[in-house]
Amino acid sequence: MEKAYKKYFWLFVLPTLIAFTLFFVIPFIMGIVLSFCKFTTVTNAHFVGLTNYIKAFSNKDFLNALWFTTKFTVVSVITVNVFAFILAYALTRGVKGTNLFRTTFFMPNLIGGIVLGYIWQLIINGVLAKFGVTITADPKYGFWGMVVLMNWQLIGYMMIIYIAGIQNIPTELVEAAKIDGAGKMQALFKVTIPMVMSSITICLFLTLTNSFKLFDQNYALTAGGPAKKTSMLALDIYNTFYGRNGWEGVGQAKAVIFFILVGILALTQLYFTRRKEVES
Amino acid sequence: MKMKKVLSVALAAAMVAGLAVGCGSSKSAESDEGSVYYLNFKPEVAEVWEDIAKKYTEETGVEVKVKTAASNQYEQTLKSEIAKSDAPTLFQINGPTGYNAWKDYCADLSDSDLYDMLLDQDLAIKDGDGVYGIPYLEEGYGIIYNQAIMDKYFALSGAKAASMEDINSFDKLKEVSEDMQARKDELGIEGVFASTSFAPGEDWRWQTHLMNLPIHYEYEDAGVTDEDEITFKYSDNFKNTFDLYLNNSCTEPSMVGSKSVDDSMAEFALGKAAMVQNGNWAWGQISQVEGNVVTEDNIKFLPIYTGMDGDESQGICIGTENYFSVNSEASEEDQKASLDFVKWVFSSDEGKKMVTNDLGFITPFNTFLEEESPADPLAKEVIRYMSDTDLTSVSWDFQTFPSQTFKDNYGAALLQYATGSEEWDQVVKDTVADWKTEKEATAE
Repeated sequence: MEKAYKKYFWLFVLPTLIAFTLFFVIPFIMGIVLSFCKFTTVTNAHFVGLTNYIKAFSNKDFLNALWFTTKFTVVSVITVNVFAFILAYALTRGVKGTNLFRTTFFMPNLIGGIVLGYIWQLIINGVLAKFGVTITADPKYGFWGMVVLMNWQLIGYMMIIYIAGIQNIPTELVEAAKIDGAGKMQALFKVTIPMVMSSITICLFLTLTNSFKLFDQNYALTAGGPAKKTSMLALDIYNTFYGRNGWEGVGQAKAVIFFILVGILALTQLYFTRRKEVES
Repeated sequence: MKMKKVLSVALAAAMVAGLAVGCGSSKSAESDEGSVYYLNFKPEVAEVWEDIAKKYTEETGVEVKVKTAASNQYEQTLKSEIAKSDAPTLFQINGPTGYNAWKDYCADLSDSDLYDMLLDQDLAIKDGDGVYGIPYLEEGYGIIYNQAIMDKYFALSGAKAASMEDINSFDKLKEVSEDMQARKDELGIEGVFASTSFAPGEDWRWQTHLMNLPIHYEYEDAGVTDEDEITFKYSDNFKNTFDLYLNNSCTEPSMVGSKSVDDSMAEFALGKAAMVQNGNWAWGQISQVEGNVVTEDNIKFLPIYTGMDGDESQGICIGTENYFSVNSEASEEDQKASLDFVKWVFSSDEGKKMVTNDLGFITPFNTFLEEESPADPLAKEVIRYMSDTDLTSVSWDFQTFPSQTFKDNYGAALLQYATGSEEWDQVVKDTVADWKTEKEATAE
């Protein structure tokens, strides 16, 4: 019986495999090939070797965007996770109205990035108008505006993951710690946090990649202003692709570099936090 | 057992088949006459083009598909559409820079009827002996003013001018604007000029349109139509007008970063500002603002004076950035169908009526009689300036600006200057350098 099925395994894999090849593998390979080409549309590309990569790396906008993105990612990964964990911790203490709070905090995550960006642009500009400036007056407004926006949007989602993690901790562990005389802080740092390490892994992964790849919010909130000083990597790639005739390939090359960077970052982070996970 | 096996194979096969069906799109039957796919640039007249297409299909039976790119998304849309097997057969390029990007796709139109219909064949985009882009409308921009507010000012005691005719140079414009700004409460306005919009993507009126004037005069002095390097020798003239807009406005210079073009046009429409720099396409926008107080006979154009010698004889800026191109990769039949379609639009009675009344275009074709011109008040103003032989129109030399990146960088620098975080000298220096870099970057 089992053998009979095994013989046909390729048939069952086939539909997914075709879809995966058509919509993922082929576009991905095409993307890499195009990064070595000069082209206007994907059908009239011709090979130019490494020129695009040289241009990408000698482009100061790209390096600025890389630095800005790094700063942004560090700040937002820390803030999002700290706040999300605090919320999750508070909302697993059996506070009245827990479900209502959870729902409310989760809601921002359901709104699209572009819409969020415009809404927050209005809010922030409205506040800054009191001081006679706008969000594009100084790059630091844009930076913190984006951090606030990112927190507002992602905290709810991360909170749900942390709540699930905290609820999975066996009660006897917490009780045992209490009986052994552990204080609240000790219980938190010695029991709860180590026990939710797998949630931390996934949350760090999600916030890290989401912050690094941020596009919609950046595009809608500041569009890189003032003078590209708040433009992140994804936005810079977009601007390179559409900003100059004949630079489509350079945009593509930047995108490939971007992919490699995100890959390295995410894998390194996974490797380090995985090692800290414990079994109960 | 055997039954089950057969069933599973059948099911799997059905899934694969379903997938295959999902991928293959149903192709419409190809007719010998070919069909037209027009990628329209102007979202504000999207519906009109669809009506024209419908009418043409009714009359000739040739299928015409019209798709409109979202505002500011034309290049992006064209890039993805033209790579498809069902690509646009008729699209538009925005001038020499656009031709450079799309030359692999532009068919030679020198034998087309549309080209023969052009009043001035020099306006077409040419490369060697070939003609690759044919302009299909002319537009003008300048300083739009509200005659009602101006009349109110002229009636005040001690007004610096008696009528609009007196305002024929930058110095006079400055004197009047500053006086009006000082007496804005008497006039019931919040500022002379509407907001100098600088929200992301809303700065084209300055980095492109206003910048056109100093560059135009620089080209003119050198006797050229394009340059790899500029000196920006008329930067002070740009600054003159730009400062005038900023300092005599209903918005503080520090707040311009949050204003959009829509905001500016609304301020003008509601009578909060007396003047706004924009083109004849803006009438539609102004008239649609809720609570619009600007009447059709009170909206006029003033040339953009920058303090050049000879301001008095300068007209408004007239030109086009709308050129038809036919996709050379499309089939012979489709190319011919596209040319027949545009010929019908711009020469048949039915087509011309829709062009004049519904599209509101001022066309550069000899098929249009004098009385066949749009009723739009600003379009009428453009025609008035075009036919005024005492004034010289400024051509649209911004078509030769190096790239979108150049314009964006310049716009960003202008915003920095407006909010006081960058010195003007620095803006000028960076712009000269950026022009050179961008020309080089796009030259290969």
